[in-house]
This record gives sequence, structure tokens and C-alpha cells, in this order.
Amino acid sequence: MTAAASNLALEVINLKKAFGGLAVTQDVSLAVRPGERRLIIGPNGAGKTTLFNQISGDLRPNSGLIRLFGFDITQLPPYRRAHAGLSRTYQIITLFATDTLEHNVALGLLGLRSSRWQMWRPMSLYSDLAAEARRALDAVGLLHLAAHPISDIAYGERRRVELAVALAQKPRVLLLDEPLAGLSNTERSTVKSLIASIPRETTVIMIEHDMDTALDLAETVTLLNYGRVIVDGGRDAVIADELTREVYLGT
Amino acid sequence: MKWFAIAVIAASLLLPPFLAGDFYINLASQILIAAIFALSLNLLVGFGGMTSLGHASYLGVAAYISALLTSRYGLGHGSAAVVSIAGTVAMAAIFGVIALRATGLGFLMITLALSQVLWGLAYRMSNVTNGDNGIAGLTRPAPFGISINSPASFYWFVLIVAAFAFLMMAIFVSSAFGSSLKGVRDQPRRMAALGFNPWLIRWITFIYAGFWGGVSGLLYVYYHKYIHPTSLSTTSSAEALLGVIAGGSGTMGGPVVGAAVVLLIKNYASAYVERWNMLLGLVFLFIVLVMPTGIVPGVSRLTAAIRRAPP
Repeated sequence: MTAAASNLALEVINLKKAFGGLAVTQDVSLAVRPGERRLIIGPNGAGKTTLFNQISGDLRPNSGLIRLFGFDITQLPPYRRAHAGLSRTYQIITLFATDTLEHNVALGLLGLRSSRWQMWRPMSLYSDLAAEARRALDAVGLLHLAAHPISDIAYGERRRVELAVALAQKPRVLLLDEPLAGLSNTERSTVKSLIASIPRETTVIMIEHDMDTALDLAETVTLLNYGRVIVDGGRDAVIADELTREVYLGT
Repeated sequence: MKWFAIAVIAASLLLPPFLAGDFYINLASQILIAAIFALSLNLLVGFGGMTSLGHASYLGVAAYISALLTSRYGLGHGSAAVVSIAGTVAMAAIFGVIALRATGLGFLMITLALSQVLWGLAYRMSNVTNGDNGIAGLTRPAPFGISINSPASFYWFVLIVAAFAFLMMAIFVSSAFGSSLKGVRDQPRRMAALGFNPWLIRWITFIYAGFWGGVSGLLYVYYHKYIHPTSLSTTSSAEALLGVIAGGSGTMGGPVVGAAVVLLIKNYASAYVERWNMLLGLVFLFIVLVMPTGIVPGVSRLTAAIRRAPP
């Protein structure tokens, strides 16, 4: 890893990814400043989640560069990226269903600590881990359910646990993949205010289809279509753009 | 209820040397050895989601190394035990690198292939292993100068080792590392995104399982005072795997119960029916049909249901 003269939180340069003959990411470049709130929009199949999977390391791009605070992370495995300060949530919830909420969050905390290699001490003895997990659950308003298994709680609450797991890691860059998907109106506003309250030390990049809610949270917007960046810039400028209306919003 | 269960378990472990004849004391020793072996396999199968069909490699190789060192090279039991465990662990580290290139069926096939290589070697390298004749005339160690040649004294020795092994593996799976292992079993991608290295977690577990497999191999060769290539065979691996699955994989009690069931059927049924393997198969078919998750989880669900039911 070499430090580059860059004051960007996340930089994606000429990223390309194809599955066989299907080019899902054709040529994507992004520049996200520290503390920015970036919304990524685009029609279904535009390559939004594929882009996220490449940033988080689940997929390797065919070519291009990804830099996190100036460090080239393109070739790093996902767990090294997590240690470099990158966190993500998933569009399809991937929590541990039979474990308690507290254990789910504690596992997220454990991932960044060296005590994850500890083999001779029951995990239940780590009271600091449990206390911090409970604080993170309190922050998303789910402390009262901390001892319940995930399978006991409602879908909207699971979305909040997903957020709690990611936020407990205190990431420098947080990728949110459709955090509002499938939520009711009240749940939506709860999650919206949760995202709005994320501290500015964390840069947030979000994929979301619910424009009414998401636009309130975003400062900058990137529109993807067929694996390319079509429009990119300040929120109001992107919304006013002809192409945005044509491709995404529909007039 | 809980104390009752603990009392029953303690009694069944502590009473055999006082009440039973030599045949049953020996059977109890064999069950405990098989239990350690099944527990070590369960670390892979139940807690790691890595179904291995070659776990007998670790039992067999540790037993062979100890047998060769003590009988042919005149080494003492203490140093032979250290060398054979170290050798087994080193082998597990190498086999782990090879087998963990794959998951699921691929992993199973590689572990099977590797164990077949060892089994073949034990048969064919007869100048070293004595081939099909096996290595006979072995001795038992005398820990702290205490002879363990009588069935009862050997039973106490095995019980102490087994209790320690059970405790160590129980702590292992409930530790922070054990939580990571279970996480990697269920959702490797998620765990990687949270900062865990799935490959390294699996590899360390593979080596640790090899270590306890090796310990059970030492006890195995001490008990029989004889070693034969069948200890390395797929049948030996498969029997342990059946025990783990029938008893309840991913639990600590399951492999112990499963190992006991296998050995009891083997010893009782073989006295009456020649094709005892068929009976073993039928019993397992029955268990899997009635309690798909195994005896221990099945019974505990049953007792919970009975307690919940109105009187």
C-alpha cells in the first residue's frame, strides 16, 4: 500500500467488471470527500450493488483502482478493508438468526479486535464487549430486545440491527445498500433519523430507491446506468439534470 | 432436572470400575476414546461446517508414530507421545492447506483422498508399518510411575484425559474464536466484511481438531497395544462421522452419545449377528428419520416439550 497525495475518503478510478460477456461495471469513477453523504441511484441492473461488492472486496474488479483515504485497497481481501475502516450493510439481511441481537453486534465489534483470536476464555466473560454492544443497540432504540434472538424480531427491527452492527465498528467509510428497503412509513422515518444522526467522522455512501427519503439525507448524488456514471454532482444539480429525468425519475 | 442429569452422567462415568466386570470397563474406556475422537471431528463438522471424511488420518498417524517409536526405536513413552502429537499437528497443518482450497463436497473429497493415501501407505510400506500384520506387542505408558495395565486403572487414565479434552474443546467453542468459527460456518461473506479472516479461522480449527484426533489416537494405541491399517481406513472416519451426526453435530454432548451408540452396537450386535454393520445402518436410519438434528438436540427438545405441556 502506498499513500497517495489525496484528501478523498473513497476514490474509485476507471473500475471495470464483467461477468462473462456482460459488462456490469463499464467504467466507473467516483470521488467521495471525507464526511460526505453520497447517494447512488440508478435503474435496476445499473450495477449499483456490484459496485458496492467491489468496494467492499466481495468481488474483484477486472481493472481499475479503489483507494480508501489514499491507500490502494483494490487487491485487499474484504477483512483487511474492514480493518482499514470500511463497513457495509447488505440489501438482503445477513444477520445470525439464532443468535441474540447483542451477540450479533458483539461479533461485529470482535471482528476489529485482536481478542477475536482468543481461544481459552468463554466469550461471555468479555463484559466490555457486551456493554459496548448494548450501547450500540441503545443507539438504534433496540436495547430492550438485546437478549432476543434475531429470529424473534420484526423485519424493520432487523434493518436497525444491521445498522447497529455497522455503526458499532465506528467505520470511516460506511456503505449502506438499500437501508430503507421493505420498511413501513414509520420505520422509514426511524431509520432515516438514525442515518441522519451518523457522526461526520463517518463518510456515508448509500444506495436507495426511496427518493423522497434518501434525497433529504444526501448532499451529492451519482446516477448509474448500464454500468456507467451518467450524472454526478450536487443533489439539486443532479435532480434538475435532463438525463436524470430521462433515465431514472421519468417525467 | 438439571442436577438429576448431572448426577446420572457423573454416576455413569465414575461407577463402572466399581460395579462392572473387565469387559464392560474396557468397553467404557473404548467409548471415551471414541468420544474424544468424535468431539475433535465435531469441531470441523458441527462448529466449522467442514464435513471431513478423513479424520481417521490423525488418529491413525499419531498411533503409528507412537507405536513405531516405542517398539522399533526404543523411545520412552513420554517423548514418543510428544513427537507423535507434534507430527500429527504438523500433518494437519499441511493437509489443512490442501483441503481448505475447497469447501463443501470438494473439501470432503480432498480429506477422503488424503486419508486414503495414508491408509494405502500403511498397507504397502510393510518394511516400516508391517503392512497387514500390523504392529503388535506394544506397551502402555506408566504416567508418573503408575501402571495402567489393569482395565480399571486404564479407565481412570482415559477418563482424566477425556474430561480434560472435553473441557478444552467446550471452552474452545464458547470462546471468542469459537464464535468467529460459528459465524464463518453460517455466513463467511458477512464475517469477512466484519473483519474476520475466514480461511485462517478454518485452518486453525483444522489443526486443533487434528491435535485432539492425535490425542485420541495415542489412547487408542495404548488401549489395544496393537495397531493395524484399518485404524486409518475410511470406515474408521465414517463411523466417527456417523456418531457425530447421530448424536447431534454442533453440540458438545452429541458426539459423546453418538460414539457410545456406535461402540455399543458394534460390541453387542457383533456377538449375535454377523452383519452388524447392517444393524448399525438401520439404527442410524431410524435416528436420522426420527431426530434429524441428532439424539442430544432431539431429546432436549422432547423434554422441553414435555415440561411445557399442561399436566
